[in-house]
Amino acid sequence: MLRYLLRRLIISVPTLIGITLITFLISHLLPADLVLINLGDRAAQNRELVRGFRERWGLDRPLGIQYVVYLGSLVRGNLGTSISTHRPVLTELALSLPATIELATLSTIVAFIIGIGLGILAAIRRDSWIDWLARTVSIVGVAVPTFWFAILLVSIVYFHLGWAPPPGRLTVGLAPPERITGMYLVDSLLHGRVDLFLDALHHFVLPVIVLATVGVGYVTRITRASMLQALQQDYIRTAQAKGLGQLVIVLRHALRNALIPILTVGGTLYAQLLSGTVLTETIFSWPGLGRYAFSSAASLDFPAVMGVALFVGVFYLMINLLVDMLYALVNPRIRYG
Amino acid sequence: MERRALLRPGHGGRNAGTIIGILVLGVWFVGAIAAPLAPYGLDEQHLEEAFHPPSIRHPFGTDDLGRDVFTRVLFGGRYTLSLALTVVVLAGVLGMLTGMVAGYFGGWADELLMRATEIVMAFPSIILAMAIVVALGSGLANAGLAMLLVWWPPYARLARGETLVVRRMEYVEASLAIGQTDAGILLRAILPNILSNMVVLATIDLGSAVVTAAGLSFLGLGATPPTPEWGAMVSAGRELLTQWWVAAFPGLAIFLTVLGFNFLGDGIRDLLDPRGRRRS
Repeated sequence: MLRYLLRRLIISVPTLIGITLITFLISHLLPADLVLINLGDRAAQNRELVRGFRERWGLDRPLGIQYVVYLGSLVRGNLGTSISTHRPVLTELALSLPATIELATLSTIVAFIIGIGLGILAAIRRDSWIDWLARTVSIVGVAVPTFWFAILLVSIVYFHLGWAPPPGRLTVGLAPPERITGMYLVDSLLHGRVDLFLDALHHFVLPVIVLATVGVGYVTRITRASMLQALQQDYIRTAQAKGLGQLVIVLRHALRNALIPILTVGGTLYAQLLSGTVLTETIFSWPGLGRYAFSSAASLDFPAVMGVALFVGVFYLMINLLVDMLYALVNPRIRYG
Repeated sequence: MERRALLRPGHGGRNAGTIIGILVLGVWFVGAIAAPLAPYGLDEQHLEEAFHPPSIRHPFGTDDLGRDVFTRVLFGGRYTLSLALTVVVLAGVLGMLTGMVAGYFGGWADELLMRATEIVMAFPSIILAMAIVVALGSGLANAGLAMLLVWWPPYARLARGETLVVRRMEYVEASLAIGQTDAGILLRAILPNILSNMVVLATIDLGSAVVTAAGLSFLGLGATPPTPEWGAMVSAGRELLTQWWVAAFPGLAIFLTVLGFNFLGDGIRDLLDPRGRRRS
């Protein structure tokens, strides 16, 4: 297992280097004028200022050297300095990550609970009304454009019905809990502030509904399909023959065998949500990774964009690895040597 | 728009879905073509009728400039649908050729092309697309180019896998024996055999392409106002919480189109892919 893990980690290094190379080339070869975008029209007229800017950010050196310099500092854990805020990219990522982690984790949990439940019920009561519901949910869930759904929810649930708070992480005027993890739900509990916890939780409702809806679509679909397959196997008949209860058969015998494709889809889903959902975060004024990525890309802040890309790449690799490890846990026949 | 990498196992065998899909898509395609016949012009403004809620005269209401939202949604299909179709067709061809070359020649060509594919797939596609559009300047063509650059890898992977299988077939060996060139074998023996699976993938993919194209415009990176692209229209109506119809109807158009493509994709897969037919 340990050897397998090490090998997987080593294989992932070229992929990560590839990611940095692509971002680097895009940010340097495309015909956008970094100087103009970051200094503005007036300052870009001033030759002194422009030269200072190019020297300050190393833009006057050959491309290859710039890349090597970037990689060199990367190895030392330095992701570079953001051009637009002049702060270390790592610090900025650390600020925007907790909001995304909280949102992605909650949405994935909700999607898993509803999706697996609905998928199982649909599979054991095939062609019943619940199967019909599950199929509708899975078709609609994967087709609904998140940004449109989010706007509708804000308009109906917040504006017209007043059942949900406006976009944001906390009610305006409330001070966020003192930073420990940066995740409001966790920090408020650690400080014993139940009022803050409830307020933050209330703000999660709409964005979690939006993100979980997509997830429920995928999880329901895959759960239903793989449960149907598992329920047809001989071992299910054997289990029934020896008189096991329905619940034990479904959960212990069928679900456990159906779990691998569900884990695969779930892992991809979680990785996608963790990489920041640009549209949902924008609409709900959620200061997460997606919004950071968008604003950095919009100002051509290439160290920041590269930082985000690298983080997201690492997420994907880590979650794929985690899912592979879970396979072995779920199905003892899978062993990594 | 981030949901593309997920699998889409179908329920299979339901012709009703395919027919619904074709009908829904038919409405949008015909609507997009016949849009000039609508009672109002694309940019026809009636300021005195601004923000009219849906009524018989304006089935989808009017926007801030008193333009008929229904007319604009019909025109919008031209931009969104053609962008999605162009990206998927070009990415499909590009990916297919890459995968065929990699699978057929093997060796270092395969190694190189597949590593490149993996890196692009590992890359956060929306962030890459955003960076490209920002650098090139926003606009429909640039949004399409950015999508194309991140869209081809799944096709390359599929085509490579299929080519590896087809390459070992006797008819390929026979073609080689009668002195057929590599290009000839790729085009005449391999391409026809892998095409149906590529078409299935492309149809299922169209829904994601529509959402991504609209999403880029929503962020202001694709089509920009006054172009009546669906995503841009949703974005324009975003802050109008009272005048919900301005954003709701273009969004509904996106939603129904994606549903249509998903239904159609499942249907075509059942038709072309014998493995899918047995599934429940």
